[in-house]
Amino acid sequence: MNTGTKDHAGLADIFNEDEARVDWHDETLWFVRAKRDKAAHTLPEWEALRENASQIKDNVLSNLHDYLLQFEAKAQQNGITVHWAADAEEHNQIVHSILKAKGVTRIVKSKSMLTEECHLNEHLQKSGIEVIDTDLGERIVQLAEEPPSHIVLPCIHKKKEEIGELFHEHLGTPKGESDPQFLTAAARVHLREKFLTRKAAITGVNFAIAETGEFVVCTNEGNADMGAHLSEVHIACMGIEKIIPKRKHLSVFLRLLARSATGQPITTYSSHFNKPRAGQEMHLVLVDNGRTKQLGRADFRNSLKCIRCGACMNTCPVYRRSGGHSYHTAIAGPIGSILAPNLDMKEYADLPFASTLCGSCTNVCPVKINIHEQLYKWRQVIVKEGYADTKKAVAMKAMDFTLSSPFVYKTAGKAGRWVMKNIPFLVNNKLNAWYKQRDMPEPPKQSFSEWYKKNNNE
Amino acid sequence: MRVGLFIPCYIDQFYPNAAIATLKLLQKLGVKVSYPIHQTCCGQPMANSGFEHLTTGCNDLFIKNFAEFDYIVSPSGSCVLHVKEHLHSHEEEEKAVSVRKKVYELTEFLTDILKVEQLTARFPHKVGVHQSCHGQRGLKMSQMTELVAAPFSKPMQLLQMVQDLELVELSRPDECCGFGGTFCVAEEAISVKMGKDRVADHVSHGAQYITAADMSCLMHMEGILRRQNSQVKVLHIAEILNAEEV
Ligand code: SF4
Repeated sequence: MNTGTKDHAGLADIFNEDEARVDWHDETLWFVRAKRDKAAHTLPEWEALRENASQIKDNVLSNLHDYLLQFEAKAQQNGITVHWAADAEEHNQIVHSILKAKGVTRIVKSKSMLTEECHLNEHLQKSGIEVIDTDLGERIVQLAEEPPSHIVLPCIHKKKEEIGELFHEHLGTPKGESDPQFLTAAARVHLREKFLTRKAAITGVNFAIAETGEFVVCTNEGNADMGAHLSEVHIACMGIEKIIPKRKHLSVFLRLLARSATGQPITTYSSHFNKPRAGQEMHLVLVDNGRTKQLGRADFRNSLKCIRCGACMNTCPVYRRSGGHSYHTAIAGPIGSILAPNLDMKEYADLPFASTLCGSCTNVCPVKINIHEQLYKWRQVIVKEGYADTKKAVAMKAMDFTLSSPFVYKTAGKAGRWVMKNIPFLVNNKLNAWYKQRDMPEPPKQSFSEWYKKNNNE
Repeated sequence: MRVGLFIPCYIDQFYPNAAIATLKLLQKLGVKVSYPIHQTCCGQPMANSGFEHLTTGCNDLFIKNFAEFDYIVSPSGSCVLHVKEHLHSHEEEEKAVSVRKKVYELTEFLTDILKVEQLTARFPHKVGVHQSCHGQRGLKMSQMTELVAAPFSKPMQLLQMVQDLELVELSRPDECCGFGGTFCVAEEAISVKMGKDRVADHVSHGAQYITAADMSCLMHMEGILRRQNSQVKVLHIAEILNAEEV
């Protein structure tokens, strides 16, 4: 579908060369999905909570403009400097200019998918600023010079032996040491030193409350708090859709977020930031980067409800067997596949097709995003906009011609089971993709309609 | 009650036995069924590939064939879901709406409309049920493991009426098999891996047969089983519900 190697099917093909690894990846994520099920089933009101969250977000999306202005005014009153960024480039420039003004060249950063989306690390590093990711998983992929493969479990694709090897190389742990507890302790020592010596910290934002002008950051490691509390400058970066109206709404989301993400009742740290401490500067960057455009697409605006729990990835049978990197975008998996085409339809034309439309993602989503329906709808848009594979388009036209006419269909069927050659899922495209690892169905002597004509003369 | 039998194109061409069993089963239950001979396909392969705009011909033909019936019944959850959700007509939208409302997958027709409580079938084998996604999550033929709600399953309810049949339990009761229409060739590696995993779950729990309310999933799994030289067979649920003394 896409040109070059950057296409989901091709990348997944490479990932699948090591079947044992695929099994391991699948089982690890299935384990998280099962934990999520257990946690959800302990709450009889689970489905009502989802509905509630979805409606709160509906309200937010319908009144985004007002909530954002309310939030900005409150945040400013609290002493937070608020910035607005239209796109990734502007976001990166804003962050850079804040650091430049303070003369800071080394910073710590806690997990933020928005900064991944904007490629902030690359931007800052090019300008000579050292960025240390402090979430353990993020730090690991950073050492490996890879992007995260999952929004909650960034290095879920890495085995502990590989992490041991990376730590040996970069942090000087003994060769062959892969005990998770040992490695975590080593990372802790390594990160402590960074927290204590860096003057600026960047964090993401999970929820921003319009009513109070505060924002909430959820982590399991407390690394966002360590960074923010020890720094002289705290910069928080958020997509404009992270707003919720009131503080009382927060409990709905906090109950859903951790259970959906990891099966925990709540994240270890859900920290509220509402004003800088004495002597500290607090900046908040509100980023659009395509979000208002998505808001304007009636069929896809629901995707902005996402709270980035990652449940749709864990449950997705395709994601579990293709790995996050096969989606070649910052946010992988089902939700990424409906967000990415909004940013660049050509580059990500393959992603809405990287799904069987099984619908499991829609069922786990704590804010009830109709993910699989949006995947279907993106397919229609992408084809109409002309980003479909031309061979496929020709096959589809032939199919339309045949199937629109009972006569052509029947004649073609008789002439050696037309379907075998022409039904797209049996088409011998590229070296016969069906036959490579599957046998073809055995054509029967007669079709059902032929049998019916002989046996059922009404 | 006049029932129109809708047989999806690939069942017509490759799995006539599933269609014959569906017809005979309905007749056995006293339903007057006819099969409009000029039917072809519901258009789903095109629509799911992003070419919904090319399905006008298929849609009009479908309406022409089926509009007159009280119910439309088909042994394929996936095709039924497609008709239910996506069948439209430029000229005759009213008829399209009525078609969408009266189309049923076979097992839901048996449980919800006919309210079948017993069957005469006997099938003395261990059977694994594959819950096809479009039927399960789309048509809600069974409860889904992701939701916090009471369990039920229309296909299993029927299979439990079959004498001497033993249902096997699976580790992952409703994981997708990876067929997914054009997905199965466009994303060959993953599709096959998903199919292998799905089949392995059934085989490791001792299933001798894998059944489903959707033949397309079974066709995919059959392709994998055959390649593995497995003794395990696939059978459409209609063939089991209609099984005579063996
Ligand atoms: S789309 Fe839903 S399930 Fe997926 S990450 Fe967002 S909130 Fe979680």
